[in-house]
Amino acid sequence: MIFKKICEQLNFINQCKKYNVALSQCPIYLSIITGLITIIAMISTYILAIRYTSPEIVALIVIAVTMILVIINHFIIQSFEKLAEANKMKSEFIGIISHQLRTPLTGIKWTINLLMKECGKINNHGFQELKEIEENNERMIKLVNDLLNINKIEQENMRFVLEKTDIKKIIEKIVKDYSLFAKAKNVEIKFETKIDLLPITIDREKVEIVIRNLIDNAIKYIKDKGEIKIRLIKNGKIVRCEIEDNGVGIPKEDYKNIFQKFFRGKNIMKHETVGTGLGLFITKSIIKKLKGKIGFQSQENKGTTFWFELPIKNE
Amino acid sequence: MKTILFIEDEPTIQKTISRYLEEEGYEVKNALDGEIGLETAKKIRPDLILLDLILPKKDGFEVLKELKRDETTKNIPVITLTNLEEGENIEKVLSLGAAAYLIKANYELEEIVKKIKQVLNQ
Repeated sequence: MIFKKICEQLNFINQCKKYNVALSQCPIYLSIITGLITIIAMISTYILAIRYTSPEIVALIVIAVTMILVIINHFIIQSFEKLAEANKMKSEFIGIISHQLRTPLTGIKWTINLLMKECGKINNHGFQELKEIEENNERMIKLVNDLLNINKIEQENMRFVLEKTDIKKIIEKIVKDYSLFAKAKNVEIKFETKIDLLPITIDREKVEIVIRNLIDNAIKYIKDKGEIKIRLIKNGKIVRCEIEDNGVGIPKEDYKNIFQKFFRGKNIMKHETVGTGLGLFITKSIIKKLKGKIGFQSQENKGTTFWFELPIKNE
Repeated sequence: MKTILFIEDEPTIQKTISRYLEEEGYEVKNALDGEIGLETAKKIRPDLILLDLILPKKDGFEVLKELKRDETTKNIPVITLTNLEEGENIEKVLSLGAAAYLIKANYELEEIVKKIKQVLNQ
């Protein structure tokens, strides 16, 4: 396994293809060449120094070799700069395109808001269609938001605005928001907790993303009908939230990939094709940034319980 | 009746919010770019300003800066309403004196009205 990994690393042609750059601009290839030149130069300088003892000639050779290395190094730095530049451009592109996408999406969203407010004038049939447009629109907004969040995570640029928030209220609100969607999929959501009020210092919006992603997955991956149990438990200086479903579960071979970017389980593609594989990646990144923990237990065809823990800070 | 000035260049966005707010009992004045927005604000002194950030002629940051510099407008609460990612923008806007930073795509009209009421009651 490790040997295979080392071989892959050494296969510079493949590595360069991955970055989509020519060999003469590929940092890995160029650094291997620098290494080889250094070794050859050291050995030949040593041999020459023994044969021709004239220090001037040896000095000249050393200078010449150093110059060649300086030139190659210059190319290496340049190609690194190019890769960094490409990465920057990608992020900027996502930033611009997301803003441009969000504006028409907002236009649609608010027009639907208005129409639905006046739903008395529209018959029931039309209302249902509006609901569908709304749902699809929300899906696109979520996708754009996911892309932006991935961008921020990769640039380590995700900002957290910490404020005292009651996590119980957040869950209650999300459960309410999801009640219609859940009902349409024959899923019952139960929220149990013995906690009265739990104001903790967190980023409200980010924790909402976490809980929404987990509940969304739980509903999506319940086949015909089922039940979701949400538990909120306080354990000393830690608050733990569990979201249990009796859905399709996660196959054992997918355990290690579940939090990876763009990963989607093999069995879920059969039940639900909607999804980008970004949700759990974003969820884990947020929990990690908030110094918490996240994990799951699952059994295929029985169900899954996702849990996360956050430290209770009150300052 | 409370008056709200909405500085926004996107017609659909402008129309939907205006209509919703009018139905909720507010008087809404619209401005299509930063310069007109500033002028209107000084002239009518609204109870609240909704401000987009990407605007023709003068962007929202400039408008906000000038609103807060001017004696006649500096006490009018400003809510920035944009689709720009928060990032540094949120810190910039809040330090310039805005009352809130809302990302349009993430809010229903109903929630925006709620926020407006909350800011007006402060």
